[in-house]
Amino acid sequence: MIDQLTVFLENTKGRLTSLCRALGDVNIQMHSLALADTTDYGIARIICDDPKGAVAAISEAGFTANLTKVVAVEVPDVPGGLADVLDALDGADVNIEYSYCFADADNGATVAFKVDQSAIAALEGAGFKVLHPEDLYKTAQ
Amino acid sequence: MAYQDEITHMERSELEALQLERMKETLVNCYENIEFYKQSFDEAGFDPYAVESLEDLQMAPFTTKQDMRDAYPYKLFAVPREDVKEIHMSSGTTGVATVSGYTDADIKSWGDCFARGIGYAGGGVDDVVHVCYGYGLFTGGLGAHYGGLAVGAETIPMSAGNTKRQIKVLQSMGSSILCCTPSYAMHIADTAIEMGLDPKKDFTLKAGIHGAEAFSDQFRKNLEEKLNYKVYDVYGLTEVMGPGVAMECDEQDGLHVAEDHFLVEVLDPETHEPVPDGEWGELVITTLTKEASPVVRYRTRDITRIMPGECACGRTHRRIARLHGRTDDMFKVRGVQVFPSQIENVCAAFPEIADWYQIELTREGGLDIATLKIEINPEFPIDEIRKIEELQRRMQQALKDELAVSINIKIVEPHTIQRSEGKAVRIVDLRDEEEK
Ligand SMILES: [Zn+2]
Repeated sequence: MIDQLTVFLENTKGRLTSLCRALGDVNIQMHSLALADTTDYGIARIICDDPKGAVAAISEAGFTANLTKVVAVEVPDVPGGLADVLDALDGADVNIEYSYCFADADNGATVAFKVDQSAIAALEGAGFKVLHPEDLYKTAQ
Repeated sequence: MAYQDEITHMERSELEALQLERMKETLVNCYENIEFYKQSFDEAGFDPYAVESLEDLQMAPFTTKQDMRDAYPYKLFAVPREDVKEIHMSSGTTGVATVSGYTDADIKSWGDCFARGIGYAGGGVDDVVHVCYGYGLFTGGLGAHYGGLAVGAETIPMSAGNTKRQIKVLQSMGSSILCCTPSYAMHIADTAIEMGLDPKKDFTLKAGIHGAEAFSDQFRKNLEEKLNYKVYDVYGLTEVMGPGVAMECDEQDGLHVAEDHFLVEVLDPETHEPVPDGEWGELVITTLTKEASPVVRYRTRDITRIMPGECACGRTHRRIARLHGRTDDMFKVRGVQVFPSQIENVCAAFPEIADWYQIELTREGGLDIATLKIEINPEFPIDEIRKIEELQRRMQQALKDELAVSINIKIVEPHTIQRSEGKAVRIVDLRDEEEK
């Protein structure tokens, strides 16, 4: 599974900028950013190239942050590609808490799922490519 | 033998005889030497020369905080100015401070009172008393300092602030008894942990004497866990003396009042009639030995109760319960009386949130809105909004069960609630004055 960097953000001006700046300052590159919003706060879900380093750096900078395990899978670049992935998960009775898309290094479409571990076998069994940490991180974590 | 054991274990009958003798002297002294008391006793028809029992005190008029403000600066002093050796003032948030004076004997009594508390905490000549209450007009620093000296301990006058230096001294000087506000003790502990230290191993504390703020039993447990020591509550107020008026013993079940120096009553805050032992009310204090600025029936606005029965530790001085808040700090939300300690107790039952919180009071459309700001612990699975909302709902329900009024929960980032180096700002009231 992949480590997603999760950050709690108050809905105040410039807070997202500060977060991105804090990551940039320690030379961490984001592959994706997905925001889940409420009126008072937001949750930033981030795939980056050094999740452990990111948690340390931004906690130091005063953010509430942690790591969450997610499964990232490449989606075939054809009509109905995502539907096929979801079929595989439904077929194995995997419950999806949330998901979001991002582009991987080869510009292929990738989807991150908050699911339990069993999803990996279901996806690989159906022939999909599940990403491993080494596919995304710049150094071994 | 702990410090002044012979006084703290005095027979009740002997102690009460001593109190009566000292109370009579105090009342006459106030009447003869302080114009304010001459007037107020005369107006109330109270004859200080006719007093025959401790109960007769109930006929004497009260002294209020406003009376003390009106007397600024020296009008409540009973001795010639050359006998006054030290002055303390309470912070006058409303503009005018209240002043307390000390003769040499007053400073000695003060040190004795605090030193007893150090003794209650198992401290003595072999200890290093690390004082990081603020020094200055605030009585915390010097009160603890005089206590440390009286008990014969090595006393380090750190004062508050410069937390990294506090930590360095705690690591290297063998500090064994920490004297500061409970919130500052927590701040020191958290800062040390953030710096990568383990205060359990890297510090050598055995006791903390923490007062000037109310704190919950859970907050105490968290502190004791983090610093691997035992926390003792202490009570005092500038208008009467400073910390040491009452101090907690090893039983952690109420604070022993220094009854040879102070006479305490607990009264119904509205009718001003005494409540039976065990019932909550406003603490009212009469000094028995204070020379420079004695006070008669000072209404502290602190809410407590006399703990009925004897303490398991064997000391005979009566105990007051740990403070239940101040009549000033109580606030009303839509007509319902709320004590900050009640909110703290609820917060403490939620390990998902950090130890810091703040209550913000606002008014919208004629309705009071109370918002509790909390920080979420980073270990909590913050990635799912559903779980955060569920936590908010559970806290809201718990608060409603405890307070019988709805409180909004707002989760904030760590920098939003200011960490304190003195007193914690727990309540921010943004309502207009006339609306409270
Ligand atoms: Zn006791």
